[in-house]
Amino acid sequence: MKNNPLRFVYAVPYAVWMLLFVLAPIVVIVYYSFFDLSGQLTLGNYRNFFTSIYFKLTMSSFWYAFLITFFSLLISYPTAYFLTKTKHKQLWLLLIIIPSWINLLLKTYAFIGLMGLYGPINAFLETIGIGSQQILFTDFSFVFVSVYIFIPFMILPIFNSLDKINPALLDASKDLGANAWVTFKRVVWPLTIDGVKSGIQVVFIPALSLFMITRLIAGNKVITLGTAIEQQFLVTQNWGMGSTIAVFLIIFMFLIMVLTSRKEKGASANGKVK
Amino acid sequence: MGKLSSLPKIYLAVVFIILYAPIFYLIYYSFNSGGGMSNFESFTLEHYQAVFSDTRLLIIVLNTLIIALLSALLSTTIGVIGALAIYFMKNKSARQTVLSLNNILIVSPDVIIGASFLILFTLIGVKLGFASVLISHIAFSVPIVVIMVLPKLQEMSTSLIDAALDLGATRKDVLTRVILPYIKPGIFAGFFLALTYSLDDFAVTFFVTGNGFSTLSVEIYSMARTGITLTINALSGLIFLITMVLVLGYYIVVNKTKVSAKEVKR
Repeated sequence: MKNNPLRFVYAVPYAVWMLLFVLAPIVVIVYYSFFDLSGQLTLGNYRNFFTSIYFKLTMSSFWYAFLITFFSLLISYPTAYFLTKTKHKQLWLLLIIIPSWINLLLKTYAFIGLMGLYGPINAFLETIGIGSQQILFTDFSFVFVSVYIFIPFMILPIFNSLDKINPALLDASKDLGANAWVTFKRVVWPLTIDGVKSGIQVVFIPALSLFMITRLIAGNKVITLGTAIEQQFLVTQNWGMGSTIAVFLIIFMFLIMVLTSRKEKGASANGKVK
Repeated sequence: MGKLSSLPKIYLAVVFIILYAPIFYLIYYSFNSGGGMSNFESFTLEHYQAVFSDTRLLIIVLNTLIIALLSALLSTTIGVIGALAIYFMKNKSARQTVLSLNNILIVSPDVIIGASFLILFTLIGVKLGFASVLISHIAFSVPIVVIMVLPKLQEMSTSLIDAALDLGATRKDVLTRVILPYIKPGIFAGFFLALTYSLDDFAVTFFVTGNGFSTLSVEIYSMARTGITLTINALSGLIFLITMVLVLGYYIVVNKTKVSAKEVKR
């Protein structure tokens, strides 16, 4: 079996896939970012990116992604925590995941109706005396719908890390005189930080690049990096500028991955305690 | 584990209601004879009839299903091969590099995948349409299959392979009669995930689909941009039903394999 040159032949399809669809796309994106609309080699796109318009766009995109991630975490952590305490927790978890399998566009579309001027939310506001509001096409609706979409993806990793905690640790903490808050702060939270990090990773990066929710729910009120890329590629047809924004989005993605990467050593040390 | 007091129960109930409300709201109004998603007038099935009499829409549904099945099949094949290749790699750092490259497409935002594939297809000269959508779906499903299959390979004891070789099995036998049966649950899970990723994808398809070709997600997007059409509601009712059937099927298959695995262990 060893030293057989044919051994690697079977890996060819996978290698071709990796070359064509992982490495080549990054190369072409970087390559195109150096060309302007008329096909001239230029650094103009990069100069453009650092002008105030794109700087503001990047900042607001980050701000929205931060808000979306923050509120997703705020809602998901307690949900995951309480879920681990239910009977039939796997079944309840499945019920949390099912909505994430319904097509994203359909869920977004539902909010067009729910938040519309004559929709149920406004009808409710009317009856409690606040009166109907323009909810759709505001940044509030954008953040709300995005949080709604991302909650299941945030709950899943946190649930898994909570579920792995050895209950003996909690008992030990209690026996040693810690109250519920101290136990949470010193035992539960540190043990679930990896789950929280992967949750942040799966929410923050897509939140930077959403474009269908911004288009359908926020009108043109919110522009994210994703919307800008889509705009440049499919509307203005300025692939060079679109690629430049994409290059920066890729850089941000790597930064976020480094920031939220798990400390392998620490994690394995925790694992070995068992 | 302790029992839940009433406050957490209320909290969970609220989360569940919020998660499901939009979906049931859509389905509820799919039976509305009025035009919009407010003021329920009377019960009707006309929007469902509209879905089934709209041949263009039905062709799009068919396209979506064909793309999903084909891409899931092909990406599962490539993914299993990839997982085997990674598993048999001797050099640890090389394996780590391949794994991180593998994961790039999983964490990449859809917009980046869509945009870069669009450039790639234009450069190579692939015509935008069925082929470009199918290739993209295969491309972004492969790493997911690898991720689902690899843990199964790693938990397999190497002595199984050694034993088979000692007993005179050829390399082909080892693959088809030892390794593949062992990792079957991982392969199924990967196939199923590839299927759902393909059915769910909007952004990548939106970039690489040309004018003539459309999948359900792209079609819903363009319908939703023009405003409320209850045909979409009827469609979502049907999709919800199919999703529930798929989820139940998956749940049963997974539980069955778990049970049979337990039986084998005995």
